[in-house]
Amino acid sequence: MTLWEVEIHPAAGLPDRTAEEVLSDARDLGLAPDRLRTARAFLLEGELTRDDAESIAQRLLADAIVERFRVDTPEQLGVSHPDGNFAALIQVRYKPGVMDPVAQSTLEAIAELGWDLDAVATLRKYWLDGLDDDACQLLGKRLLANDSIEHIDFGPLQVTHLRHDHQYQFELRRVPIRDLDEDALKKLSREGQLYLSLVEMQTIQAFFRELGREPTDVELETIAQTWSEHCSHKTLAGRIAYTDENGTRHFENMLKETVFAATERIRASLGEDDWCVSVFRDNAGVVRFDDRYHVAFKVETHNHPSALEPYGGANTGLGGVIRDTLGTGLGAKPICSTDVFCFAPPDLPGDAMPPGVLHPRRVMKGVVAGVRDYGNRMGIPTVNGAICFDERYLGNPLVYCGNVGLLPHGAETKAAQPGDLIVTLGGRTGRDGIHGATFSSAELTSESEEVSGGAVQIGNAIMEKMLQDVLLQARDEGLYHAVTDCGAGGYSSAVGEMGADIGARVQLDQVPLKYAGLTYTEIWISEAQERMVLAVPPECWPRLEALCRSEGVEATVIGEFVATGRLELFYGESQVADLSMKFLHDGRPPVVRSAEYRPRSETPFTAKSPKGFQETLLAILASPNVCSKEWVIRQYDHEVQAGSVIKPLVGATNDGPSDAAVVRPRLDTYRGLVIACGIQPRLGDVDPYHMAASAIDEAVRNCVAVGADPDRIAILDNFCWGDTEKPEVLGSLVRAAIGCHDTAVAFGTPFISGKDSLNNEFRYQDETGATRTIAIPPTLLISALGQVANARQCVTMDLKEAGDLVYLVGITRDERAGSHWSLVWDAEGGRVPRVDAARAIQTYHRLHEAIRKGWVRACHDLSEGGLAVAAAEMAFAGGLGMEVTLEAVPYEGEQLEDDENAAVRLFAESNSRLLVEVRQEDGPTFEALMEGVPCACIGRVTESDRLVVRASAESSPCIDVELAALKEAWQAPLRWS
Amino acid sequence: MATPRVLVLRAPGTNCDQETAYAFEQAGASSDIRHVFDVRQSPGDLARYQVLCIPGGFSYGDDVAAGRLFALQLEKFLTDALHEFVAQGKLILGICNGFQTLLKAGLLDDPGEGPVATLTWNDRGRYEDRWVHLEVRGDRCVFLRGVKRLYLPIAHAEGKFVARDEKTLARLDAEGRLALRYALPEGGNENVARSEYRKPLPFPINPNGSQADTAGCCDATGRVFGLMPHPERHIDALQHPRWTRGEGNREQQGTALFANAVEHFR
Repeated sequence: MTLWEVEIHPAAGLPDRTAEEVLSDARDLGLAPDRLRTARAFLLEGELTRDDAESIAQRLLADAIVERFRVDTPEQLGVSHPDGNFAALIQVRYKPGVMDPVAQSTLEAIAELGWDLDAVATLRKYWLDGLDDDACQLLGKRLLANDSIEHIDFGPLQVTHLRHDHQYQFELRRVPIRDLDEDALKKLSREGQLYLSLVEMQTIQAFFRELGREPTDVELETIAQTWSEHCSHKTLAGRIAYTDENGTRHFENMLKETVFAATERIRASLGEDDWCVSVFRDNAGVVRFDDRYHVAFKVETHNHPSALEPYGGANTGLGGVIRDTLGTGLGAKPICSTDVFCFAPPDLPGDAMPPGVLHPRRVMKGVVAGVRDYGNRMGIPTVNGAICFDERYLGNPLVYCGNVGLLPHGAETKAAQPGDLIVTLGGRTGRDGIHGATFSSAELTSESEEVSGGAVQIGNAIMEKMLQDVLLQARDEGLYHAVTDCGAGGYSSAVGEMGADIGARVQLDQVPLKYAGLTYTEIWISEAQERMVLAVPPECWPRLEALCRSEGVEATVIGEFVATGRLELFYGESQVADLSMKFLHDGRPPVVRSAEYRPRSETPFTAKSPKGFQETLLAILASPNVCSKEWVIRQYDHEVQAGSVIKPLVGATNDGPSDAAVVRPRLDTYRGLVIACGIQPRLGDVDPYHMAASAIDEAVRNCVAVGADPDRIAILDNFCWGDTEKPEVLGSLVRAAIGCHDTAVAFGTPFISGKDSLNNEFRYQDETGATRTIAIPPTLLISALGQVANARQCVTMDLKEAGDLVYLVGITRDERAGSHWSLVWDAEGGRVPRVDAARAIQTYHRLHEAIRKGWVRACHDLSEGGLAVAAAEMAFAGGLGMEVTLEAVPYEGEQLEDDENAAVRLFAESNSRLLVEVRQEDGPTFEALMEGVPCACIGRVTESDRLVVRASAESSPCIDVELAALKEAWQAPLRWS
Repeated sequence: MATPRVLVLRAPGTNCDQETAYAFEQAGASSDIRHVFDVRQSPGDLARYQVLCIPGGFSYGDDVAAGRLFALQLEKFLTDALHEFVAQGKLILGICNGFQTLLKAGLLDDPGEGPVATLTWNDRGRYEDRWVHLEVRGDRCVFLRGVKRLYLPIAHAEGKFVARDEKTLARLDAEGRLALRYALPEGGNENVARSEYRKPLPFPINPNGSQADTAGCCDATGRVFGLMPHPERHIDALQHPRWTRGEGNREQQGTALFANAVEHFR
């Protein structure tokens, strides 16, 4: 048995691009070596001669034209480089058990060539000069590798063999719990990473006292996972006593009485026309699309894994939500994805990082790459998103991934039947992601990286694509009764849920493993990616098995659904768990919480260092929340599946910011889906009720702006909050949920699905040893799924033609709290933007009619930066000038001084406003249609290359700036190499 | 022959198969989407088709190198059948990952010589999705007959065309095999844009740094053709990025490639 290393370098004379990229990032960290060379390498273990290894390198691993390679044993290669000596060599490889898709594919390809190897691993090598040992260590840890999944060798490779199988000796483990006192119960919960409360532990204790036996370890783990916040949403679906300025309100089930209740009211009022199909029940919400299909939408978060390993966290975050779509009804076909991120500002100084925290720039690059690599490989276009920046996301970034799927009528319901086989499909089970569900419910600390490394994973998108290909064929052939994804909680959660009303018997030793040595508990709770569980009638199994074989997907029967009402697990002959489904799913004691909200008293808006309007506009365009995200968007395939109608980048040079994406899920019809979002974390600090209302309004008006029918917009909620055991934190969440309810009802936009992620706090010790906690700002993401009857009537935000009129639709008020004016000039106070929902929805209906009549040539929503930013974006996206007169702006409120008057009209962030371009000859009919809703002509499109704003027709311009300067301010900040 | 039959061949990770089959059907062909695991068991099935298309995607996740592992499948199981296919005057089209696969399987090479070229990492070092202007050179390529210019999206990380050496590049060029090139928008002045003679056009006109601005390359017969841009993503006016500005030109849609394939057998 030999271990060969195949080292692959750029061919002589060709640049080392990896080295160039690393050098650029290393310079940002102040750790740039004088000289750097890189190589990728493969370790091949098996019965191989040197000639064999050379042949494999030549035929498979290295490119004959742009690469060169050398083959030797790692000992012989040592630290040498083919072109001379370097002072140091850093080698990075995955830790044992971490998913390495390239190694796996390579192993299979080498087998096709005729060699059966034992193992393959991949390696990255960095030779460098000019850094001392400490600096090398820092470079390795901060940039080249991630401790949570990768191992670094400084100098020669410390590997002698690759296989890491251990034989597993079965031993049934019981956990004594019946005689524990309170402290011991708490200790067990914490140290066993169960993260259950004392009351919950006591409930479990009482249950087993009654049974007269101790639980097995797997029983305890199963209960912990089923009862985890991540799986059961016990806080928000629990009893809450909420107190605010209006008194105290008691919720039996907070979510049910706010968000769900809104949907119920809307559905009841729609009666026969109800277009919701399945809400808050399945893995995704489902609404009607056309006469053949429904459409499913789900958005998930993957915050804690992304904090530790941004690439893998985001990668598996998107992979997970795609499986939600595949696991909705009998399986929906994923047609597009969304992503919304919250990071600390990427220009934060490197030495300002608390221990255990990755620099936001690295987090952002890793997260974007993770979404890119999963989405692009799956062939699902990523079409819409947003990025918000705030220093409080430093240790706890937020990563929301969404997916939309198409579901044939009739496939929306499912139910496993007694007698159905439990079949696992797709990836094998390893030790990855153990305790992910319970970990995501805990708060992050600077030690999280060490404690929870097992919860961090890398995805294998191609495995999931294969799984999808098989699943959708099996669905169409009717080969199963039910399907669900294996996500948080692994089989424990998937089988537990599917069999909740029946009972299930699982043979854990039948589960296919990545490597030997897993205990029965690890098999049961592993969160290894790319697995789905099916309930298959025995007569369908042979066909399913054959279908899977024809696509190279592994399918295995691991048990049976049985009408016992019990969850029974076996390993070989031994029973390792026997729990009643009733206790598992209904036995959790209700969580009772108190919540409190004290409204902030309103203070006047004061800017510390206000500057001129033009400077303000340029500063807001360049602020990270507003500036162009083209660097991110172009890395995503946003056009695969060929349904793209309105792309994320629009305008004369394909680089303006679209309000929403429009996708045709069926190429043979023009009915379109509209995907948009709203997120306003800056308002959460001011008033979460109005943050929620504003986010819903933003999501809806983004849809309306491109042509969506306001009567067919469904929305999703994703609450990311801090530690909700603190009454004031939970209070702000409840207030947001009430805002969601009221606004959704008034708009008639039903919530169809949602998710919460609590405990988004980061705890660390500062240099004085004091414990510090950074809680994220309350962050509610509203995702919207709209529909458009005829995609040929959609509009984009870029100006189309000189001479056209520009109308402002909607009312402007002095609402500047949380605005971007206040962000860039460090202002305080002011009134929070509110939503006059009744007037807004009426306005949207009229505007929609104008769009359908073809009178609207361009339409852009007013959001961050208000009118000034919207006008600038429309102008530079269309490559046409615009003249605006502020006195015509529909305004409501007290009379203001001249300058204030202009400032409010330009930069207030009042909701429900859009800027619309209309042909001069269509002006009168457009105005007639808009009669009764706030709308006024405030300017016109010009042939010039300038944006010119005047307070009144006679006054001299308060803004007069070249489009090129505006566009450059907007594009420069994130124009990363 | 009435309706040419197209085999859209997929592998694990192929993901543009459905829209590619749809584009062929819209052009008047009938199409089957089949897995290489299935076809490799009965290579003789290839005889039932007139056109073979390897669509875009990430076959085998681009693991090792884009197209490499799919190419290994073709080399190992279908080499004879594919050579027979070409010898019978039939057509092969590789789009994006399909182009990478054709090139790495040697299907664009000349007999007895090494690989003519490879497709490697974009100069910018990452995946990009953007629309590009394209210009057709010569009339060797059957898929491009009668086409002058195209406007299509690219979406790839490994699309930089690099020939084996200068001599090979010059020969391919002379033979009219570098059939599709990245180009300035109509009316643009190449001499102004190009930094020096024969240097690639600058980014983003040439989005990946390809030698001789090569976006597509055919074999000596002109019947085997691979290209990085996605013609199947521009067969409808609504796919054009600026259709709301009234832009778009039917003649520059990808439709022509599929129609030419159908026409070839009529």
